[in-house]
Amino acid sequence: MNAAAPGGSSRLPPGALRDAGLSALVAFGLFGPMIGLKTTEGGSAMSLRARPEAVVLAVLAVFAGRLLLLFWQGRNRRAAFRSNRVVAEVATRLGRLVAPALLAFAVVMPIFAARYYVDLGVLVLTYVMLGWGLNIVVGLAGLLDLGYVAFYAVGAYSFAIFATDFGLGFWSCLPIAGLLAACWGMLLGFPVLRLRGDYLAIVTLAFGEIIHIVLNNWVSLTNGPNGIFGIPRPTLFGLKFTMSSGPGTFAGFFHVEPNPTQRLIFLYYVILILALLTNWVTLRLRRLPLGRAWEALREDEIACRALGINVTVTKLTAFAIGAMFGGFAGAFFATRQAFISPESFTFIESALVLSIVVLGGLGSQLGVALAALAMIGGSELFRAVSDYRMLIFGIALVLMMILRPRGLVSGRVPTVALHRKREISAELVAQGRG
Amino acid sequence: MAYALQQLINGVTLGMIYGLIAVGYTMVYGIIGMINFAHGDIFMVGAFLSLIALTGLAMVGITAVPIALAITLIFAAAIAALYGWTVERIAYRPLRGSFRLAPLISAIGMSITLENFVQVSQGAQVKPMAPLIPGGLSLLGQHGGFVVQLSWMQIAIVVTTLVVLAIFTWLVTRTPLGRSMRACEQDLKMAGLLGVNTDMTISLTFVIGAALAAVAGLMFLLYYGVIDFYIGFVAGVKAFTAAVLGGIGSLPGAVLGGLAIGLIETFWSAYASVEYKDVAAFSILAIVLVFMPTGILGRADVEKV
Repeated sequence: MNAAAPGGSSRLPPGALRDAGLSALVAFGLFGPMIGLKTTEGGSAMSLRARPEAVVLAVLAVFAGRLLLLFWQGRNRRAAFRSNRVVAEVATRLGRLVAPALLAFAVVMPIFAARYYVDLGVLVLTYVMLGWGLNIVVGLAGLLDLGYVAFYAVGAYSFAIFATDFGLGFWSCLPIAGLLAACWGMLLGFPVLRLRGDYLAIVTLAFGEIIHIVLNNWVSLTNGPNGIFGIPRPTLFGLKFTMSSGPGTFAGFFHVEPNPTQRLIFLYYVILILALLTNWVTLRLRRLPLGRAWEALREDEIACRALGINVTVTKLTAFAIGAMFGGFAGAFFATRQAFISPESFTFIESALVLSIVVLGGLGSQLGVALAALAMIGGSELFRAVSDYRMLIFGIALVLMMILRPRGLVSGRVPTVALHRKREISAELVAQGRG
Repeated sequence: MAYALQQLINGVTLGMIYGLIAVGYTMVYGIIGMINFAHGDIFMVGAFLSLIALTGLAMVGITAVPIALAITLIFAAAIAALYGWTVERIAYRPLRGSFRLAPLISAIGMSITLENFVQVSQGAQVKPMAPLIPGGLSLLGQHGGFVVQLSWMQIAIVVTTLVVLAIFTWLVTRTPLGRSMRACEQDLKMAGLLGVNTDMTISLTFVIGAALAAVAGLMFLLYYGVIDFYIGFVAGVKAFTAAVLGGIGSLPGAVLGGLAIGLIETFWSAYASVEYKDVAAFSILAIVLVFMPTGILGRADVEKV
């Protein structure tokens, strides 16, 4: 490229080609052995299969990517900053309209949408609910929890075991599942009361893994890696959703043709109501002394102690209430799938929910909903390249943190204000210090 | 008695591997105060690089064990160091000074990326490798009882680890690089004001940590003979446990913690249950953090308001 020539291409900073060349060299070092030489089991011993073309492609991609990045960085930084600011302000103003619009869309969507989209909607809403539940722990109380999936698993398994062993239905088990998950939340909360930040994260992660290992090995209770089958579906005031139209079924009672989409739409509304319940409880709690204590705890634990806030109770309630909603979501997951196994409750799920909360902007309810839509809907786009899905997820997580570490909706509106509620910019809010 | 001795030998071998990984965690935590979540996956990458190198060397006909091992060690450590450097440059450096959660999430993202990169590029199936150094010594097994085996492999692992750690200790305590690393650990900003190239020092910390993790990867491959793309996660958490147990920030503590975790894990598998050995390791992490947050050799953390 003629970097010295006058005109358009002179924006490229000097030394860009050399920089890109070095990046390509590093990329060759990284990808040469890993992509270029694939270990395969051939005959008696392992052997290597060379794939030079893939390496050349990867190195070229890095070279071009680095050049593009340098070109992009060569733009006027001030202009970029200002445009960013404008975008943020517009987004905040639109935010007030987006939430009701999104809610209205969510309510009417299953009536006209195709089966596939309703199914996807159920999945997205499950993660919205999980995100809102975790938001209580991470976003409001500032306790970094990397083992949230454990409560999801407790909810799912307690419903599955009560339903298959004692013949209880979904609605009677739902409170039990939530309660048990809340108990486990307290149980996790007690030992980690004194831990902060990264240490808390790693212990909660270990807790999630312990639950996973126990589910895998306690065969007499959980049926081990084979999972639990035949979990009953939820009913509408006792009306079952089956393919027959006999007495006691939804189709028979309302005299309509039995149709599998009826159950799906019913499930959709169940999770929508559960998710909205989570949201409503969170919003109410934020106005109570407890919710204010959570947010104070997030900002400064030592100041909290000095002001006489009972830190133990505050932390434990955050864990318990967050876990309870995780348990509700778990019970819903079990009844939707009708089959659960430990496979569904791995660390990746925790990471996914946490990244939804962080991408949404910690503490922002709308942001979490948008982030769940983006993450789950986005990963649906990559269904065609399912091998690369998690790879893309990992890269997206890193990029997200570099480009917008404070999430989509990063400003905060204070819950109490003297005259007028003004938004607090993201830089002034402490987040996830634990 | 003989059985316990056997477990002791196995535990020490395993502990050495954990100790090597733990050093990387403890160094990074000491300098920039973050958990390098991707470190366990660097270890996994190191194991795969070793497998690639050993297979490649066998294919071109270099089968003399010491030469092959030496070449593999250098190759794996060098490329893994490059991975460590890249991870820091891409995922952590832009986030220095950002809020506390950002580097942790970025590290989780990097860990998922590395794991799936290896899965996509090398395949998801378990990779076996024929034992490189067969045979060993039999101790205490003369009168028909339990035969205690001390394999050459285990001796090689322990000796290599000790040599690598000796070189590393010399590096940290006796060289200018080590001095600037310790200076950065005490006070990053002040070290920068006094003319220490902090960016370079942090990069080199990641490079050294990754190289040690790659050595651990090679040892793991030799010891177990099977690897897959998922080994980094559990080994990473255990090595972090070791670092915390030894007192985070303390280098001898990391090795000591590694030995403790290795011994606990082997004895738990031998006398309690194999299925729950990871539960034992993870529970220890929680117990240590709750009752002894500074670990065995760590310094107490004074918080200023």
